[in-house]
Amino acid sequence: MTDLHAHIPVRSLWGYAWLRLKRNRAAMTGAVLLALIAAACIVGPWLLSHELDAVDWDHIQSPPSLASEHILGTDANGRDLLVRILHGGRVSLAIGLAATLVAVIIGIAWGATAGYAGGRWDGFMMRFVDVLYALPFMFFVIILMVFFGRDIYLLFIALGAVSWLDMARIVRGQTISLKYKDFVLAARAMGTPPLRLVTRHIVPNALGPVAVFATLTVPQVILYESFLSFLGLGVQEPMTSWGVLISEGAQLMESAPWMLIAPAAFLTLTLFCLNFVGDGLRDALDPRG
Amino acid sequence: MYAYAVRRLLGAVPTILAVIVIAFFMIRLAPGGPFDSERAIPPEIAANLAGAYHLDEPLGDQFVRYLGNVLAGDFGPSFRYKDYSVTELLWSGFPVSAQLGISAMVLAVLLGTAAGAYAAVRRNTIVDGGIMALAMTGIAVPNFVVAPLLTLVLGVYLSLLPVGGWGGLSHAVLPVVALALPQVAYVARLTRGSMLEVLRADFIRTARAKGLGARRIVTRHALRAALLPVVSYLGPATAAIITGSVVIEQIFGLPGIGRYFVQGALNRDYTLVMGVVIFYAILILLFNLVVDLLYPLIDPRVRYD
Repeated sequence: MTDLHAHIPVRSLWGYAWLRLKRNRAAMTGAVLLALIAAACIVGPWLLSHELDAVDWDHIQSPPSLASEHILGTDANGRDLLVRILHGGRVSLAIGLAATLVAVIIGIAWGATAGYAGGRWDGFMMRFVDVLYALPFMFFVIILMVFFGRDIYLLFIALGAVSWLDMARIVRGQTISLKYKDFVLAARAMGTPPLRLVTRHIVPNALGPVAVFATLTVPQVILYESFLSFLGLGVQEPMTSWGVLISEGAQLMESAPWMLIAPAAFLTLTLFCLNFVGDGLRDALDPRG
Repeated sequence: MYAYAVRRLLGAVPTILAVIVIAFFMIRLAPGGPFDSERAIPPEIAANLAGAYHLDEPLGDQFVRYLGNVLAGDFGPSFRYKDYSVTELLWSGFPVSAQLGISAMVLAVLLGTAAGAYAAVRRNTIVDGGIMALAMTGIAVPNFVVAPLLTLVLGVYLSLLPVGGWGGLSHAVLPVVALALPQVAYVARLTRGSMLEVLRADFIRTARAKGLGARRIVTRHALRAALLPVVSYLGPATAAIITGSVVIEQIFGLPGIGRYFVQGALNRDYTLVMGVVIFYAILILLFNLVVDLLYPLIDPRVRYD
């Protein structure tokens, strides 16, 4: 008996999830590529000799070449495309992460409150979510950006504020299923106040689905941001983002196709990786599915 | 069912009201006004303008007036397209947007369910893997990337299709395809998933035991049950297609509502932007209602009593 136990190490839920995730080749490839892209975006601009807005008068809109110093070519203003893509990646990834964080915070607060309170409050709060669910959210984000100025911090909050609905539903479901578990009842019997009960006992146990959904929210938000920037309503000069670069490239694609293809490739690859990681994480945390 | 429809319609009223309230007050609380420009306007003219657009009344009165007009189908005058009312602009753009959106929706449902069902029947083969890889691509590649790339290859390099404008069938191909692709992908994934579940169900085994042909089992028995999640996805799909049409109309220069919306947003044409949002929100709510009412016709287990 003791031998049997010695050979099978007991792992936590996250331990088993990690084991399963490691076996998922698509997810692991996605995670590695994602780490490389993120690292390139963070470190790259310091290592490359070009500045974000430096104009190379000898190379205006020149195609990619290894011979010149511009590996991915330059844009219509003679600015190095690779540096712009990496800078844009910082902005796109930062918005993706920040807005997802906003969505996670609102979603957990809303969902846990509705699920724990139950009854009329639950009905009212989730009905509110249903109503918002039916609306074309991007239109409201666009109104917000137009009327209150195209501020990047506002963009974080606005995109987060439209992405929390699914999160709230997931957390509510988890909360309801955890609410009457023995360990929660035990804590309650010991006189733990409701806020502490939710934050210390319920929410930490609902984090699995939240993590999965957060991973799938990041590409969604990056997509929204590029969508807005593509229309000229998101990130503004002198800052840039992948959506801005794709928009510039689409206008000049007949004469300078690399300006469209290079940023589109970065954006698409990132979205691919995030989707693979999210799917892998879901399969790892929920082996039945 | 009739009572349910009425109840749902009444239930939609507060939602529409909320949309109008949010849209109206967002604008009024925003800094700046519609007639701000670099050149200062003489105070008399500014007062006249404000009077003409009722901007000098108390905010509450303005809201009541706007609400009354909207309910009567009048979204007020456009601030930038002089001599046009927002309602006129909406109606001039609607046929184009509707054609584009409905075509994309039909394409998404037909192609998506066919591909998804086929992948499920051939599960774990190369065909299945290929279809699912394509679906993943459709989801990961946004339509504002697909649209220019398709234009570049099919329109510019191969000169098969016109790259912009609106007119015959050939003009519609690229925009419709670009708009539909992500939805085709979603529908295919949904159909495959539910089809795999349905194919394991008892009634399929019964059908097989009766000696029904494989083709008939799939098309008559399995597909019908597997389409239920697709039907409930039609609501979110409408919202996604309407949002997507904004960018597609912009890329291809189509004279639809989405293009007016973007132009309005860039020009700070407040009434136009509000008009489009309210119009589309009502449209989506109505469409969701229609889908819900159709549901019991497809799935007899669902009843609204």
